[in-house]
Amino acid sequence: MLSFYLVKRLRAGKRSFDLEVEYDLPRGAFLGVRGPSGSGKTTLIRCIAGLERPDGGRIQVEGDRWYDSSLSVSLPVQRRKVGLVFQDYALFPNMTVLGNVLYACPDESRAAELLELVKLEDRASYFPRELSGGQKQRAALARALARRPELLLLDEPLSALDEELREELGDEIRRIQRASGITAIIVSHSKREISRLCDEVLEIRSGKLDDSGLAVY
Amino acid sequence: MIPDWMPFLVSLRLGLWVTGILLALCFPLAWLFARTKGGWAIWVETAASLPLVLAPTVLGFLLLSAISPRGPVGAFFLGAFGWKLSFTFAGIVIGGCVSGLPFMLTALKTGILGVPSSLVEASYSLGKGRVETALRVVIPNMKAGLLAGIVMTFAHAIGEFGIVLMVGGSVPGVTKTVSIAVYERVEALDFGGARAYAAVLVVASYVAVFALNRLQRQEARR
Repeated sequence: MLSFYLVKRLRAGKRSFDLEVEYDLPRGAFLGVRGPSGSGKTTLIRCIAGLERPDGGRIQVEGDRWYDSSLSVSLPVQRRKVGLVFQDYALFPNMTVLGNVLYACPDESRAAELLELVKLEDRASYFPRELSGGQKQRAALARALARRPELLLLDEPLSALDEELREELGDEIRRIQRASGITAIIVSHSKREISRLCDEVLEIRSGKLDDSGLAVY
Repeated sequence: MIPDWMPFLVSLRLGLWVTGILLALCFPLAWLFARTKGGWAIWVETAASLPLVLAPTVLGFLLLSAISPRGPVGAFFLGAFGWKLSFTFAGIVIGGCVSGLPFMLTALKTGILGVPSSLVEASYSLGKGRVETALRVVIPNMKAGLLAGIVMTFAHAIGEFGIVLMVGGSVPGVTKTVSIAVYERVEALDFGGARAYAAVLVVASYVAVFALNRLQRQEARR
């Protein structure tokens, strides 16, 4: 179970507003966070990951307290068991696909298993510059899962891909998420994408929770 | 004809020491300046850039005042370790470091800023600390900045004149560098000797900067 209540003051140009979101997500569920640009959805997952500090609130994952402003608890990002997939994939250019996965977890059999899961076993020795957008996205996913995280956070991982590939890779993310049984959160602009992939939807407008519940297929 | 090769050896040693010391010293500083927004960092960064705009003789004089046996730094080293800094090789290394600091710092900071912050954050999210992230992710992905820092600092150190003369004088085999040798040849009206020294220095500097530009182009194409 992921449970969070986060408050953070955000600025968008001259405007400022409070991001204030509370949510409980069952173990193994896939949550989609949707909203317009600048509404605070990326900030939300960055706060959960520990890359940004909220102004207040709490984050609890499987009973572990990752953040609690009332108790002055804030685990550094290194100690939060998260797998992150960035919008630009953030693959290390100086390492091969296998090197990227081994950097996260130096267990070769685990790395081979993950590359098979994301169907990149024949690209293990390729450098990120030699991969297509879809392959980069898969490699980033394999790396994010390497440490067996408790939470997978995906920040618009499909936004740089064309429509056809988005659908295909979206389905693949869903398949991998189900296969690994990991709790996941994906941020996206696309209502259709989120409805198709996620069990639950959280919509943020200017920092406030708009609606949540089961995805409508 | 080159009258004496020893100044080249002194310049080479000086360049290597200064480059090595500044590389170790400036990387954490550059990291701090690159990742710190505003606040105290701008004050320290401005102070570190002063050697770029201050006259070398002014800087050399200030440094000599500090490291001479009566100066605060010189007196400390003499008292604590028995080391004399002024007019020694250690003294010109200190001078070279002060004068080369902005070259190395700027190049490394630019290099670090060129590495996307998402790579650093990805490394942190994979459980790695700052040192491992710096060694395995940042440094291998900022080769151009690193090379620029090394080449520019080295080239600047072997050609440094004002500060080296002020803090080191011209002790043959110890502090007499090529640029000081050129100056002395001119003073002695030996223009042929001065030309020979200068020619070697120009060629060496050209080769170093050419190699840097070439490597940077190769990196940009990758």
